[in-house]
Amino acid sequence: MEKLFSLNHLKDKAFLITGVISTFFGLVVLAIFLANIMIEGIPRLSLDFFTSLPSRRAENAGILIPLIGTIWIMVLTSLMVIPFGVAAAVYLEEYGAKNKLASFVEINITNLAGVPSIIFGLLALELFVRFLGLGKSLMAGSLTLSLLVLPIIITSTREALKAVPRTIREASYGLGATKLQTIQMQVLPSAAGGIVTGIILAISRAIGETAPLIVIGAMLYITSPPTSPMDDFSTMPIQIFNWLSRPQKGFIVNATAGIVVLLSITFVLNGIAIYLRNRWQKQVKW
Amino acid sequence: MYRMRLKEKITEALLQLSAIFSVLITVAILYVLISESYFFFSRVSFFEFITATEWTPLFTQKSYGILPLVTGTVLTSFIAMLVALPIGLTIAIYLNVYASPGFKKVIKPVIEVLAAVPTVVYGYFALMIVTPFLQGFIPGLSGFNSLSPGIVMGIMIIPMISSLSEDALHAVPQNLREASYGMGATRFQTAFRVLVPAASSGIIVSIILAVSRAVGETMIVAIAAGQQPRFTFNPFVPIETMTTYIVKVSLGDVVHGSLEYQTIFAAGITLFVLTFAMNIISFYLKRKFQEKYE
Repeated sequence: MEKLFSLNHLKDKAFLITGVISTFFGLVVLAIFLANIMIEGIPRLSLDFFTSLPSRRAENAGILIPLIGTIWIMVLTSLMVIPFGVAAAVYLEEYGAKNKLASFVEINITNLAGVPSIIFGLLALELFVRFLGLGKSLMAGSLTLSLLVLPIIITSTREALKAVPRTIREASYGLGATKLQTIQMQVLPSAAGGIVTGIILAISRAIGETAPLIVIGAMLYITSPPTSPMDDFSTMPIQIFNWLSRPQKGFIVNATAGIVVLLSITFVLNGIAIYLRNRWQKQVKW
Repeated sequence: MYRMRLKEKITEALLQLSAIFSVLITVAILYVLISESYFFFSRVSFFEFITATEWTPLFTQKSYGILPLVTGTVLTSFIAMLVALPIGLTIAIYLNVYASPGFKKVIKPVIEVLAAVPTVVYGYFALMIVTPFLQGFIPGLSGFNSLSPGIVMGIMIIPMISSLSEDALHAVPQNLREASYGMGATRFQTAFRVLVPAASSGIIVSIILAVSRAVGETMIVAIAAGQQPRFTFNPFVPIETMTTYIVKVSLGDVVHGSLEYQTIFAAGITLFVLTFAMNIISFYLKRKFQEKYE
């Protein structure tokens, strides 16, 4: 009995140690990767790198065009996806709680969230590039990414709306407000922190995407930055992939420097999102 | 008063339209995949597609067997799951049963950072860091292989399993846990004999979603696994996944409407059917699980 007792405790302790190791395993590996990237990439970062056009010679090439492309994509995608995503979430959460349509839409959104991003590329190739005749433009690219992140925005907005307690809605109705007024003046402002967090994470996901943009044909040799939504474009991940697929060492170094820039943008966006979420959770104690 | 009523109605209709819009996306995806694949299958026999073991649509000697691309996808996803499943589940159980709530609250979003890194960056890691590292131990390892991107992809999907499984464990009623401790069980026994069985459907959902994610992953395998369709389960040689094939064709100059062009939709619909099945199964399992404890 005594022996069995200690064996069980041994297992318990052993799992504790395995748990700690597992928890940090991924993070330690990521840290090693990041350190490697920074050692290779940071020395390549200079003002020229940010302001140069693409070039056949690695040491002259820069990220001006893809960086501007990424900023365009960020703005256009946000403009298109935020209104649709928030509106759909408000409908599902505030209006369609129990009807058949809402539950069908819900299954559909869960499924869309799991559709591989490259499939959105195939859809966009036929629908935006060919059928709507948008070509390989920024517009086609941001529409593609909008569809891709729409389920993310809908889901996170619904979570934020769900967190607003019933009592706030009932108090508003009690004061004679209509449903729309209640949503506009009470529910949405209360949920704003959570909604914005979800939006930032979705946009961060969008600017890191590569595959669907390659499928619509965005990997082109472009010589000037886009100036309108109908222009051809490149983005940071596409430029990194392009450099990675070349054999010369110089381009690989360029890719690592590009990765440092892309990761900085991603981590800053994620940092803002986490900060906002924490502040929102602390501020609102229901 | 009447105008206000009207405004309410119009707004509701607009909101409803936005919700319906998401259904149209699915319809459009289905339409595009089915219509292009229809042309493909009117020229290539379905039987050849699912049984032939060579995929060479871009060569002069053409063969249209999807199996090499499927084995490529299965192989990389399997390796990813070998990494992500044990680590992800251990993290979930550790955080739920052993760790303090304060530590859990801090570390969960930190682990989720693993999933926020763009996949093209993971592709670089696989090709430039992990493959050379593994070549130190495995002399026969090719520069492009499925082992290295598989491992890296596994690290990327750890948070999917750890976070979703932890949520499932968290949903198990507190009194089950206390009853187990009350009987004198250790944390280890409580975790494996009470909590994991009680949360099993939620944990299975997290696993299915992770597999679905691995199957659809593109950039890591496109960069580090090679572009040679091969009917093999050898993790040391270059292979090609369904997703990589679509990328490869997209990078070239394939004429719209040609059979080569339609092959990417045939590969796409295969990928879609696989992930769709997994997503639907997980949706219903999750719903069943929620009913059980809510």
